[in-house]
Amino acid sequence: MELADLYRDVIVDHNRRPRNFGRLAAATHSAEGNNPLCGDKLHVFVEMKDDVIRDIRFEGSGCAISTASASMMSEAVKGKSRAEATALFASVHGMLTRHDAATDPGLGKLAALAGVREFPMRVKCASLCWHTLNAALAGAAAPVSTE
Amino acid sequence: MAAVRDLPPAFDVERLRRDFPVLSRQVNGHPLAYLDNAASAQQPEAVIGAVADYGRSHHANVHRGVHTLSQEATALYEGAREKVRRFVNAASTAEIIFLRGTTEAVNLVAQSHGRPRLKPGDEIVVSWLEHHSNIVPWQLVCEQTGARLRVVPIDRRGVVDFDAYRALLGPRTRIVALAHVSNALGTVLPIRDYVAAARERGITTLVDGAQAVPHLAVDVQAIGCDFYAFSGHKMYGPTGIGILYGREPLLESLPPWQGGGDMILSVSFDRTTYNHLPHRFEAGTPNIGGAVGLGAAIDYLGTIGIDRIAAHERKLLEYATRELAGIPGLAFIGTAPEKSSLVSFTIEGLHPHDLGTVLDSQGVAVRTGHHCAMPVMDFFGVPATTRASFGLYNTRAEIDALREAVLYAIRMLR
Repeated sequence: MELADLYRDVIVDHNRRPRNFGRLAAATHSAEGNNPLCGDKLHVFVEMKDDVIRDIRFEGSGCAISTASASMMSEAVKGKSRAEATALFASVHGMLTRHDAATDPGLGKLAALAGVREFPMRVKCASLCWHTLNAALAGAAAPVSTE
Repeated sequence: MAAVRDLPPAFDVERLRRDFPVLSRQVNGHPLAYLDNAASAQQPEAVIGAVADYGRSHHANVHRGVHTLSQEATALYEGAREKVRRFVNAASTAEIIFLRGTTEAVNLVAQSHGRPRLKPGDEIVVSWLEHHSNIVPWQLVCEQTGARLRVVPIDRRGVVDFDAYRALLGPRTRIVALAHVSNALGTVLPIRDYVAAARERGITTLVDGAQAVPHLAVDVQAIGCDFYAFSGHKMYGPTGIGILYGREPLLESLPPWQGGGDMILSVSFDRTTYNHLPHRFEAGTPNIGGAVGLGAAIDYLGTIGIDRIAAHERKLLEYATRELAGIPGLAFIGTAPEKSSLVSFTIEGLHPHDLGTVLDSQGVAVRTGHHCAMPVMDFFGVPATTRASFGLYNTRAEIDALREAVLYAIRMLR
């Protein structure tokens, strides 16, 4: 269990300078997520056109893992179809929770989050944004929670 | 020289540390610096050994058999009750009820005392500092009865506003439930004044003493409260055992909390007669080993002296406050002049959960989060804080380790 595996440079960088941070005026879908244990709050805004994520923004407050994960997710899903984003979530989820799984090469930069699985208390931090994106795409009315 | 022999040994923290086996552990390659005592304190060998000895040599059910083991277990269990009575200076062991912990004690009072008496429009007063366990049981009974919860405000230091409290006490106030010491901020309430103001008006008082008993001498008769609740594991005892003290005349008037064995004198399908105090509130086989361990913790604290512990912890608090204050971007949350030995803080640009993870990598155990006191977090406008809480075995070197680990986290993440 090495700290450097958790706080990789790319994660620290995305926490310091989160990409796609803010609100999205043209959003067609949005959802709120929160992690009651940590007090993390996240709002994800998505502009969908022809079933493709044309643009995405997020805002909220959270730890470095939660902020970096949301930032990296926003980069990864932009331009992806709904089905591609869902498949990516499945890959990320597998990486965060299964020790035996080989990391999907399609994850790209998201593979930096692999170290989180060594810190079970922090898996929810990394997955909150993905659950929130899912809720936004599904048009869920109620905020999602990691609990 | 006789007088010298009568004095307890001087407070020697290094000697005391050897009483706690876990303190010699390494965590992530570093010596453990356990600074999460407000969540749960570690157990000395005296407690671990007492529980093990009970399990090895004396276990049986209490108040039931005539055989030797049952008599021994009963004597140990009731002996622990007498230790608790002396520890808080209750008038009688009838006033000492063994429960799972403070949370269960508050729920018992809310349901057995509050629920049958409260009418719509009646009021229960708590402070803004309360732990969720002294909020939610009252909200439940409010839903059941139509009573209302009123909250005493605090100021930016985390001090409860006594004048606002007195102004809140009105003709409909039935119960006042207050933390003696705040778990999130460490604020110590001048509890006698708060209880006296309620008693003048005939209002029932409950004091949540979970954070008080490990740090200061508690005398329930001097405080004058109706109920006082605390937990074993915050005072170096086992988890799953706690105490509700209640004034005997008041306890006598309460209906039972749970039904079952041990809380009855006779049972038939026509009529059941409830047992005497305190057994009426102890349905089912209790946590005997836990009670034995709590008794051992009280003995252990007695050999050191709670005033000596308080003096040691006061020095730690002063040292920690001074050493951490210089860290860039650090803000203390909770700066009451009367504080128990904990520091709660935020660091600009560094989330408490990241800080907690980095500190753990350096062997430093702290609590990060809302400390089961979300209204306090909302008041200060923070989602969470980092809390380092000190106990009798902590040292300046551990506070130095905390400071170094915080600086390391800042270099790494900010």
